[in-house]
Amino acid sequence: MSAVIEQRTERPAKAVSAVVVAGLRRERWYRQPRLRRLGALLAAGLLLAVMTGEQGNGKDLLYSLRGTLASGRLWVCLGLGVVAWVLAETGAPLRAAAVRLLAPVTAPIARGGELAVRRRGVRVTAALVGLALAVFVPLALSRATNQVLVDWVGIYILLALGLNVVIGWAGLLDLGFVAFFAIGGYSAAFWTGHLPVKPPFELNPFLVIPVAMATCLIAGVLLGGPTLRLRGDYLAIVTLGFHEIIYLVAKNSDGLTNGSLGVFGIPHFSVGLGPVQYRWKLDPLDYWWLLLGLIVLAVLVLRRLEHSKVGRTWAAIREDEVAAAAHGVDTVKYKLMAFAIGASTSGAAGVVYASKVGFINPENFPLLYSVLVLAYVIFGGMGSIPGVLLGAGLLAWLPHALKDVVDQKDRFMYMGALLVVMMIYRPQGLLPARRRRRGEPTPARSSVQTGDAQ
Amino acid sequence: MSPHEFWDYLVPGVALGALYAVIAIGYTLVYGVLQLINFAHSEVFMLGGFGSLIVLTSLTPAHPSAPISVLLVLVGLVVSALCGGATAYGLEKVAYRPLRRRGAPKLVFLISAIGASFFLYNLAGKLFGRDPLPMPHLYDNNVVLTVFGARVTITQLLLLVCALLMMVGLDLLVNRTRLGAGIRALAQDPETASLMGVDTDRVISRTFVIGGLLGGVAGFLFGLNTQVSFTMGFNPGITAFAAAVLGGVGNIRGAMLGGLLLGLVESFNVPLFGEEWRYVAAFVVLVGVLMFRPAGILGVKIGRAA
Repeated sequence: MSAVIEQRTERPAKAVSAVVVAGLRRERWYRQPRLRRLGALLAAGLLLAVMTGEQGNGKDLLYSLRGTLASGRLWVCLGLGVVAWVLAETGAPLRAAAVRLLAPVTAPIARGGELAVRRRGVRVTAALVGLALAVFVPLALSRATNQVLVDWVGIYILLALGLNVVIGWAGLLDLGFVAFFAIGGYSAAFWTGHLPVKPPFELNPFLVIPVAMATCLIAGVLLGGPTLRLRGDYLAIVTLGFHEIIYLVAKNSDGLTNGSLGVFGIPHFSVGLGPVQYRWKLDPLDYWWLLLGLIVLAVLVLRRLEHSKVGRTWAAIREDEVAAAAHGVDTVKYKLMAFAIGASTSGAAGVVYASKVGFINPENFPLLYSVLVLAYVIFGGMGSIPGVLLGAGLLAWLPHALKDVVDQKDRFMYMGALLVVMMIYRPQGLLPARRRRRGEPTPARSSVQTGDAQ
Repeated sequence: MSPHEFWDYLVPGVALGALYAVIAIGYTLVYGVLQLINFAHSEVFMLGGFGSLIVLTSLTPAHPSAPISVLLVLVGLVVSALCGGATAYGLEKVAYRPLRRRGAPKLVFLISAIGASFFLYNLAGKLFGRDPLPMPHLYDNNVVLTVFGARVTITQLLLLVCALLMMVGLDLLVNRTRLGAGIRALAQDPETASLMGVDTDRVISRTFVIGGLLGGVAGFLFGLNTQVSFTMGFNPGITAFAAAVLGGVGNIRGAMLGGLLLGLVESFNVPLFGEEWRYVAAFVVLVGVLMFRPAGILGVKIGRAA
């Protein structure tokens, strides 16, 4: 019972009743929700001050913290906390009034936007405009920027699209996705004859793509076959282990993968069909367009897949596996299919990456990246292709955007903070899938825990 | 491998296993009450190590005498436990509770925890430098006893004793106290538990703190055994997570067993296959066991949907 009451007291909209309830329960004065919120915001200010402090060092462990405590920045940050608190406490009536005043203007816009998004023509136009921007804008950007665009944004969008099949549609938690990326990269090195082990015949990188996809498909089935019977969390640790194993194999078998030295000189893509002769070179723009082509292809294929029988079966498995099985769905088969499709997308990305950079070593595929791709997918909106494109694009870009703003070593700290804040305030992602947006009831564990927030 | 070598690898294996067991308990406790993997638990461990490192660096004299050494170790234990507990408490407040109130889907918790983990370890790297640091010299790490010719050092003994005490204490806490009853009730059926008067929020928060106390102490002990660094949580965290799953996640005794097993496997893996394969063994064993027992060694059959 007390849990229920406590939840009520935390809701800002019911401030008046909260006071009454607090009075009834004889709350201590410092336990008032208002003061608690002040405390939370002050703590956030303190954290902000600590975060933005100087780089510390191992010789004087408290150097950075001491600097923060003595600086004026601390007081600025705490002041910001207080200002935020005042705005939050007094702003509610103001905000409500503003919303009421603006409602005649904003409501039709919101409704119109919602209707427009549902219209096919509007969606296609938006996609085409986006594509046109993606094709032409990089022409105006610097070479270094384009480099980032290819090596990070493009590649990671492709990876996120693949992972979206596994996690967004089939609902399988895969923490070892980048292992397949590595397999793709090493396939490229193998089939172009740059590994210590020589292939029977050498292939053009273009032809390696299907071969690598097939390899990843098989690897996905081999890994998934025995493990997909496991439940969600178990699958997570097993895939994580798979990644660790692939990583260590790549690092330690000198005779197979050249170990931690890596592989040099993987050739660029080239086309040699009669009159059409073209070689991709180090120029990132060419690779950007190639990647864009692959992404568009992947989006078209995956869209068809999403609305096919297979896609609907995945949705059924994701929402309730037991019910799906009871209706005669061969769940293992379909889960395996999702796993393998995701893996082969990742493999294709690996080939492009290896060819573009020309050099790979195990450090290109750390476990961290598997986790990052997962974060991109969920940040953008699981199961929604536009969301995944946007989320992966933004987040993969973020570390480079932050490069000049904050200390380079701190970038992942800010990214972590962004992820937490985003999950608290917009857990469904930037552009959620329509199925999820319609307010589908999520399988909550208990009505008491979720409270009346739903 | 000669019998002599066997004992030489057994002792560190058991010590490491005990450490993994203590960390794994943190994962499994949280899983029990929330059905969630607390991905940021490795950072609780790391901050426990740093907390004790900071305090001990400023306290330790150049050549501590025996009573001072004992005192310092006690201080280290207490400080690391407090740091771990405080971190876990804050983590629950910031990265879990707001999501719980909204009834967010499970994956959202996972990402929030991953974000918190990124944040914490990079923050620690920023504040305390990014080089690994040894714990200050608290005592001469002599050999205190020999088991079948294998030498046991003070640190190893300390590690074993602390881990054992914590495990026994936790087992008593979960099985004998009111809070323990709340934890078990919540693990079985949260809705009924709250109808029976269990304050879910409070029990969840305290479960995090208990896991954090254990994780923090483990961080200190790990630091004594090796070094403290901002990435020190990563490998032990993943291995302990694997250990929790191996034993049957949600099952406390299973986590202890799994931790011990993986510590031994890791230790014996080094002479058998080489140092570079150290971290693979845990996962190979995990996959092997899960194939035959999909719910882990001591795990019950999958009754409730995960």
